[in-house]
Amino acid sequence: MDIVASDICKAFGNNEVLNGFSHVFREGSVTAVMGASGCGKSTLLSVLMGILAPDSGRVTRPERISAVFQENRLCENLTVSANIRLVTGKRYSRREIAAELEKTGLAGCEDKAVRELSGGMKRRAALLRALLAEYDALFLDEPFKGLDEGTKRSVMEYCKENTRGKTVVMVTHDRGECEFMADETIEL
Amino acid sequence: MKKRVITALCVLFWLTVWQLGAMALNQKILLVTPVAVVKRLAELVPSIDFWSSIACSAGKILLGFAMGLAAGTGLALLSGKFSAVRQLFAPLVSVLKSIPVASFTILALIWVSSKNLSVLVSFLICVPIVYTNMLEGLDNLDPKLKTMAEIFHIPPWRRFVGVYLSQLLPYFRSASGLAIGMCWKSGVAAEVIGIPDGSIGERLYMAKIYLETADLFAWTLVIILVSRLCEGIFTALVKLMVKRVERM
Repeated sequence: MDIVASDICKAFGNNEVLNGFSHVFREGSVTAVMGASGCGKSTLLSVLMGILAPDSGRVTRPERISAVFQENRLCENLTVSANIRLVTGKRYSRREIAAELEKTGLAGCEDKAVRELSGGMKRRAALLRALLAEYDALFLDEPFKGLDEGTKRSVMEYCKENTRGKTVVMVTHDRGECEFMADETIEL
Repeated sequence: MKKRVITALCVLFWLTVWQLGAMALNQKILLVTPVAVVKRLAELVPSIDFWSSIACSAGKILLGFAMGLAAGTGLALLSGKFSAVRQLFAPLVSVLKSIPVASFTILALIWVSSKNLSVLVSFLICVPIVYTNMLEGLDNLDPKLKTMAEIFHIPPWRRFVGVYLSQLLPYFRSASGLAIGMCWKSGVAAEVIGIPDGSIGERLYMAKIYLETADLFAWTLVIILVSRLCEGIFTALVKLMVKRVERM
């Protein structure tokens, strides 16, 4: 199912962030949304996800969605694997989760509380949670933010491999991420 | 290890000061030596009365504590959900926090028999501590995690444990740790005023009446030990619960 945004308008007070935005995000393709800071990329993503109601316009999207939010939105007091199981239930065994963590450079972190992780590790845990969830559309808000170049490359490869054939909308301001991940790019 | 040695040395230092002070004063009614206290305790321990007094007081104080935990948590949940309930209970909690234990106790003696006095006093001491801490926890719940749970369609039970309980348990842990110690202090104080039969408070009162200072010190030591034991067991149970929730 495509994600269809029709004539979306959104303003915060006098600040008009989205003005008649329309686009069809094709099923099975990765669309990158680019633009300068403050241009409304995250607002658009929130509207597409249904977190934020538009002032006018319509969005149709699949029922089952997954996301990496602007902030990680992990449960700090839970372990990394508990954060993943919170979303996936018992679909993955402990061993399977540990294997996926290893692929994203989080080997041995399954029983660590999220509050004990560094910023980059939290970001990877949030990304892994989103990728392991059951979804028909995935929304990524600067998913590789805070990762060093070496880690970023391997995590991007992991992400690309695991989103192949899925409907993904990714917000970024990094041209390199965009070229690596996206089938289509739109500028705000 | 080094920290434990230092702590043990500090305790030993103060015990020596106590021993030397009591020896210098040489007035058994005013101050007994720690050795005399331990001797008296050794005499008390084998008697059935000793254990029945502990069981009597512990049962009632812990019952009041458990009821206070439940009521404090329940009220906090209601106040977190409905601001009218929060406003309604704010003056009551404020009053409960500031009333001295002695006033509580004397007032409570009018309402209940001295037998159940420590249950009521422990309960009234526990409620505001738990209520205040849990309400703070509820106020600090991250609303963005609620949105996260909605986006991922996390089922209700998993959402309750993973999202809400995991955020509230640290507050519950600190509230219960603080409350259990306070319940023991105030519960025994209430017993000293109400003198219910067969309680630790009665033993303390009798020790005072008959100027048995060694008994007074021995029972005080017992109160400290039993209170710490209860706190330790309860904290360990909550810790276990926290670990289970952390790992889900």
